[in-house]
Amino acid sequence: MQLNSAAPFCEQTPLQASPPRTSQSGIAAAVCLSSLAMIGFDAAATETPVSAAQVLEEGTQQVEDKGLLARLIDGWEIDAALLWYREDARVQAIEGVLSGVRALSDSESVSAKIVLDSLSGASASGAAAQQRLQTFTRPSGKGEYQVAAGETPLDDTFKDTRLSLSAGWQKTLDSATKVNAGVYGSKEFDYLSLGMSGGIEWGFFKDNTTVSLSGALGFDVFDAVGGRPVPLSTMAIRKDFADEEAFWQAFDATRQRGVGDKRIGEMMLGVTQIISKSTLVQFNYGLGYSSGYLNDPYKLVSVLDSSGNATHYLYESRPDSRLKQSAFVLGKTAFNLGVAEYSYRFTHDDWGLDSHTLEGRYRHYFSGKKGPYLQLHLRAYRQYGVDFFTPYLQGGESVAPHISADYRIGDMDTWTLGLKTGWRLKDGDEIAVRLEYYRQQPRGDAASLEGLKGLELYPELNAAMLQLNYSWN
Amino acid sequence: MALMLLTGCAAVQPWEKGEFAREDMQLGAEALDLALDDHVYFSKEGASGGRSFSGGGCGCN
Repeated sequence: MQLNSAAPFCEQTPLQASPPRTSQSGIAAAVCLSSLAMIGFDAAATETPVSAAQVLEEGTQQVEDKGLLARLIDGWEIDAALLWYREDARVQAIEGVLSGVRALSDSESVSAKIVLDSLSGASASGAAAQQRLQTFTRPSGKGEYQVAAGETPLDDTFKDTRLSLSAGWQKTLDSATKVNAGVYGSKEFDYLSLGMSGGIEWGFFKDNTTVSLSGALGFDVFDAVGGRPVPLSTMAIRKDFADEEAFWQAFDATRQRGVGDKRIGEMMLGVTQIISKSTLVQFNYGLGYSSGYLNDPYKLVSVLDSSGNATHYLYESRPDSRLKQSAFVLGKTAFNLGVAEYSYRFTHDDWGLDSHTLEGRYRHYFSGKKGPYLQLHLRAYRQYGVDFFTPYLQGGESVAPHISADYRIGDMDTWTLGLKTGWRLKDGDEIAVRLEYYRQQPRGDAASLEGLKGLELYPELNAAMLQLNYSWN
Repeated sequence: MALMLLTGCAAVQPWEKGEFAREDMQLGAEALDLALDDHVYFSKEGASGGRSFSGGGCGCN
């Protein structure tokens, strides 16, 4: 029920780890003392004179106060980001991330990350737009919502908050071998996700070639609002029943007992190759298998009469396992005043969903490699939907065991255009601002039914993202 | 052929790898941006992963 962190288990391993930082506590204390001294002198010049003893005493107190914080973040490289995501008339999300890496020695480091996001609104429910008002029962059964004629059905009252925590460890065993491990957990109102990962990488040919092998296991629990709908059952709507009791009897009959769980296993084989003094390429092959409850409990499929008018709505039904494969190739090239990253990804799964993604980033520094810089981001994505995708069903038509009208697994094209600028502050900290525009265009056959003429069966989606990054150095 | 490609590319000597020490040349550079992007795309599209694991982690209505 939430935007998801798509790569919760794996922290990409830098080709060449940054040298461990020196302890920051001494530096912090020195900065603190010098700042206090400056404050003291300024104060003496403009306000009531303060004695040297007072300054020293207050300074000592504040250094002790700061000592705790300094000790907590001692040696940590900390990055933070705040993202504001807004769709036209649908979802709005705010997501904050705090991430840190700490070198334990020249060969070992640990990392930690906290993500907190708040979301409101929902994606389209899958039900088809109509030329008349439509009424839907809320997932809890405790209310209804109505969708105006011509509008794309969606329940815009969804609200959720998600907290995600992850931690990682990386160690260089010898000049050619590194290992890493990680754990992950996230919780939102109706969803719990737990995971762990591990990997190893080997360097060959003077470290010009790196081969990595990693794996991850995940376990998710979906405690859907109002209980999980029975796949292919008909949504109970109050107006179709004589009284509340009859409604609840019908509603309960559409619900399965207990929570839905999902088990995920993934592995990835990667090869990174330096091909010149300024260019490297990376190839990844990924294989993932998930099984268990893979439905979206809030998605519907409209059943239409011969005129195209909705007679009722079925809860979607997806297979209970999914095998996914991905091939990913990435190149990075360094320039004197810039860096370019370009990638292509192909994915295929046994639901019949294929996708192609082309993505590129180019960063240009205006004065040296410390910034300021301007970065352009382009992404193009084409998706061929799952075999069981159907925008609606027609009455009298036999219902297949698996159906879904969730546009996110149908045919679509998407584009992203982004700009980012960043610079280094006087004290060494870095700040960056990113603005992205995302456009989604589902594809599908035009509706031939009279009642659907002029309606948008495959509505487009536009989203804007504004992000602020800050890195403490 | 893959071996020939790899060994053929092994001409870059350790002292010639200065560019690869740059922070912006790391594979994990801009990790927060990548994670946030993945988060958005995971919830809006049917495919995920490739650069790293696709993972689980949400209902994503």
